[in-house]
Amino acid sequence: MGLFACATAGFGLRVKVELQHIHKHFGPVHANNDVSLTVEAGTIHGLLGENGAGKSTLVKILSGFITRDSGVILLDGRPAHIRSPADALRYGIGMLHQDPLDFPPLTVVENFMAGSPSTPPILNPRAAEREFRRWCARFNFDIDPHAQVGDLTVGERQQLEIVRLLANGVGTLILDEPTTGISASQKTLLFQTLRRLADEGKSIIFVSHKLEDVEALCDRVTVMRRGQVAGELDLRPLHAGAQQASSHHPEIAARIVELMFGRALAMPTKPPTRRDEVVLSIEGLVLRSDRLEIRVDQLSLHRGEVVGIAGLEGSGQQLFLTACAGLEPPAAGSIHIAGHNLTHRPYADFLRAGVCYVPADRLREGLIAGLTIQEHVALRASGRHFFIDRAEVRAEAERAIAAFNIRGRPDTYVERLSGGNQQRTQLALLPAPLSVLVMEHPTRGLDIESTLWVWQQLIARCQQGTAILFASSDLDEIVQYSDRVIVFSGGRVSPAIPVAELDVELLGQMIGGRF
Amino acid sequence: MDSAQLLIILATAITTATPLVFACLGETLTERAGVINLSAEGTVMLGAMVGFVVAKTTESVWLGFLGAAAVGMLVALIVAYGAITLRQSQIAIGFVLALLCSDLSSYLGNPYVRIPGPTVPPAFPIPILEAIPVLGPLFFRQGDVLVYASYVLIIGMWFYFYRTRAGLTLRAIGEQPAAAFVRGHNVVALRYLYTLIGGAMIGIAGAAFSLDFKAGWSHRHTAGYGWIALAIVIFGGWNPLRVALGAYLFGILQSLASVAQSSIQDVPTQVFTVAPFILMILVLVLTSAGWLDRLLGYLPVTPRRALMRALRTAPPAALGRPFEQD
Amino acid sequence: MNSTIPSQTTLPWLWRLPALVYRSGALIISLLLIGLIVLLSGASPIEVIGRMLVGAVSTPDQIGRVVATLSTLLLCAAGLVYTFNAGLYNLGVEGQVTFGAIATTFVLRLLYPEEATASLLPPPLTIALGILAGALGGVLWGLLAGALHVYGRISEIFAGLGLNFAATGVAIYLIFGPWKRPGVASLSGTQPFDESLWLGTFGQTEATPVGLGLGLLALLITIVVMRNTYFGLRLRAVGKNQYAAHVLGVPARQQLLSAFFICGLFAGLAGAIQVVGVFHRLIPNISSNLGFLGLLVVMLVNFDPLWVLPVALFFSALNIGSLQLPLSLGLESSLAGVIQGLLVLFALLGRGLAQRYAAS
Repeated sequence: MGLFACATAGFGLRVKVELQHIHKHFGPVHANNDVSLTVEAGTIHGLLGENGAGKSTLVKILSGFITRDSGVILLDGRPAHIRSPADALRYGIGMLHQDPLDFPPLTVVENFMAGSPSTPPILNPRAAEREFRRWCARFNFDIDPHAQVGDLTVGERQQLEIVRLLANGVGTLILDEPTTGISASQKTLLFQTLRRLADEGKSIIFVSHKLEDVEALCDRVTVMRRGQVAGELDLRPLHAGAQQASSHHPEIAARIVELMFGRALAMPTKPPTRRDEVVLSIEGLVLRSDRLEIRVDQLSLHRGEVVGIAGLEGSGQQLFLTACAGLEPPAAGSIHIAGHNLTHRPYADFLRAGVCYVPADRLREGLIAGLTIQEHVALRASGRHFFIDRAEVRAEAERAIAAFNIRGRPDTYVERLSGGNQQRTQLALLPAPLSVLVMEHPTRGLDIESTLWVWQQLIARCQQGTAILFASSDLDEIVQYSDRVIVFSGGRVSPAIPVAELDVELLGQMIGGRF
Repeated sequence: MDSAQLLIILATAITTATPLVFACLGETLTERAGVINLSAEGTVMLGAMVGFVVAKTTESVWLGFLGAAAVGMLVALIVAYGAITLRQSQIAIGFVLALLCSDLSSYLGNPYVRIPGPTVPPAFPIPILEAIPVLGPLFFRQGDVLVYASYVLIIGMWFYFYRTRAGLTLRAIGEQPAAAFVRGHNVVALRYLYTLIGGAMIGIAGAAFSLDFKAGWSHRHTAGYGWIALAIVIFGGWNPLRVALGAYLFGILQSLASVAQSSIQDVPTQVFTVAPFILMILVLVLTSAGWLDRLLGYLPVTPRRALMRALRTAPPAALGRPFEQD
Repeated sequence: MNSTIPSQTTLPWLWRLPALVYRSGALIISLLLIGLIVLLSGASPIEVIGRMLVGAVSTPDQIGRVVATLSTLLLCAAGLVYTFNAGLYNLGVEGQVTFGAIATTFVLRLLYPEEATASLLPPPLTIALGILAGALGGVLWGLLAGALHVYGRISEIFAGLGLNFAATGVAIYLIFGPWKRPGVASLSGTQPFDESLWLGTFGQTEATPVGLGLGLLALLITIVVMRNTYFGLRLRAVGKNQYAAHVLGVPARQQLLSAFFICGLFAGLAGAIQVVGVFHRLIPNISSNLGFLGLLVVMLVNFDPLWVLPVALFFSALNIGSLQLPLSLGLESSLAGVIQGLLVLFALLGRGLAQRYAAS
């Protein structure tokens, strides 16, 4: 197989990485469609794109985490047989995953030793610690070798992973969204480190959605869209002049935005449905997860209004939406629904107040696999009676199926429905008078016809006075159907901007973290 | 009670607990890899029966142990196949096997009930070590090779877990199999391996009863010990030393009970078998609800870290969960 | 999900058989294994089947014992239908039976003290109060496991196992201590109750109309609740996907605790029947392991109460029929457990094989 010939290809050598005509399907989704990418040794290569653009799939193929359907991987012109992470490691390819893939209950040194080929059969923690400290000193990382990894910050865990991969002789380093959830100083340190590694001859692939980071760091950038390469740009002119030079080259930034999001935005098509009455109001909201802290100072939703949330996934939208729906208690701040303070009230109170949440992951969070459509209908009606009136439930399910054009029968299990029909079912289950509808990716995975239909229904709801707060990674959808737009970027939240004031440039910049 | 008497009680406790040590360590090994082998109760019993029958027919005690290990592995293989490959509930399969193997041991072992059979020959005190005051008489004048073997196993397993590369990998696959996978480890194969080895040890525990510490075979010969082993593993926080300590504590409780039998006739020894379960529940309550963490949170960092490590009883994070990888 | 790797099982076409093939294949293998095990013990499978059949149904006494076993088994299985459908492995059912039995014994002793010559209340009322106490005892033990699970976040499996031993410990303590027989305390249990406190039976058999009635009623209620009520639907929703059920507005904690409550209630009734209908005293193994057998029954029928009755009847007949084996063939009666265990084990494996390999 030539594996051993390549086994030395890692540390210290300059390796050019080529991916040619990569294809990968996940069921009906063509996640990578004829993707080719060349990363020169000694460079930092950015990989930009929206969520679902296929960049994560591509780097996971290179790191052996998933196997490609077809296509060739060349390392210095020689074909590499990568079928598992173990193969990739043998070729000196290491990946830093978005969520650190380490062992939280173990200590830093134990993590450093785990899976390292240089670890002797009988552990020598002192030697490993010395080695670890040496590597840390090289990059000015300050991590306590005896701390438990679960107690570290995300940034420190990242540093640990980088050091570990380098100590294992990695020559090609892939970083998947590494700047989410780390502090500004950690980011500066990370960028210095990466620049230095590139100067030493390593190939670095930097997957991100943040324009700013890519512009500041990368030598070249490849933009992906809908599973394909949308274009490639040389960014070195940006670095040629002074620091913070991007403002001198606005044409490059504009070109990147155009590649990411297409030439122009769709036209707003939503009829005016906004009324004067405020139905949801948020003051000084602070939300915390283990990776992010989000602050929303003030946001009011009026009856009949649609507010779209743009931004790359994992920027805190889900946390915000679940908090608005009453599923996640805020760390600080208040949530009022129709004038009533519902902060820290149980979820049932939100439901009673007419707040409803429609999650993106239909089969994990929205619907219950193993139950039929009519059982879902009955579940929504639950609580009024003890016995289920089967005939009535069936009739109601049939009405819903007809009204929402669901391709299924009352006794069809929801997991057997197509994605579009699952979404129609979720909409059919919404109770009738509704104050606030909180939605995540309302039309993800749906065809154009279903998308149009779904929004018809939602706008009809608005006309009845429902306010809609939704997140989407489809900018066209956001611009078409929102009254106002807020942008999330790595936990930061922009003020709400009326849709008429938006253009693709501004939106792209905001998503890239500039607002 | 004078000190000589106390020493005898403690030495007896160590003897009594030895088979349990084998079972507990086997279960610890399995669970560290992320698999619960809930069949322990049945496996111990089947191991006891098979060990006795094989030893009786072949006239070789050691072949008896081999047979018990093999049958323990076979049961573990079913658990592993159902849980790892077919991704069925580890609890369901393990539980059914616990009942099935108990009944199978009674059914197939019926002709061998209460007949004399071979036993492990007595061993000598360990020279030099036996001369150590207190510890010598306690640990090294046991006169049983299995007791000595259990010491080796306890220390060996501790060393393996915390001082070897393979042990580090074992802990890794039980905590975060996906992370172990990207480091190049074959999670599925390793989980099979440790489930099988653990099963063999649980089987050996059975033979240790029927060929040594509770020599002979009768129906439900080892009733309860498998469940107790499961409880002690939790009590011991999946750490071989603490698990062994848990088994010894149980042994002490048992020998105290038999000593106390004369003074408090009203209470039968069986009542003491409840103790490990009460302790297990207490430990679970203390750690699951995060009370321990909150309590320790008031301490300064350095002693807190040491205490946390000493008291840590969080189960392997991926325990009981299948790993999605083909 | 970033960390899950999509499965891409590529199998030769030979493996892609209909699910039914895997399921029935597993059943056939389990039957062959049972035959093999019988042969291993030096008996003929045909003869064993014949003897067990004779042992289960040839005399009214034997039929009565089958019915008595069935009554208790039905109560346990019916209760377990709730916990299984809520996604819980309630291994604590044995302890719930035992504690129910303890509570019943407690009330009966209270209302008919040892030195008395008659019950303080009319015997039927005493029995009724005893059964009620059993139900409450079971509920207490069930809710204890439920609280540990729901509020203490302890696995219901280990909480249940622990509470099983705790209940047995209490029973043994009482039998040897405060409630010991005059004279010698022994594992054979407490002093039998006066015959006036025994449940009436069908003729001279062990079977009691009250026990059978309660068992059938529990099962009937369970079938209706699981198929026709919002409560049953909510329970299934929680069992299949707790988070989604919560999002859809189902109070998950309340549902889980209800499942423990009902299972404890039925198991406690089973314990009461074991005391007033079968043993007429408290013995250490008062449940006769019928709680565990109930777990096997409900696993075999894949949690669907509609099929509980035939399987429970079959398992009860196996239990009683096998009691003849030691006398007639010199075999051990635990063959019943071997058969039950193998059937359930291979049903589980067959289900797994079908899910993994069958052509859809």
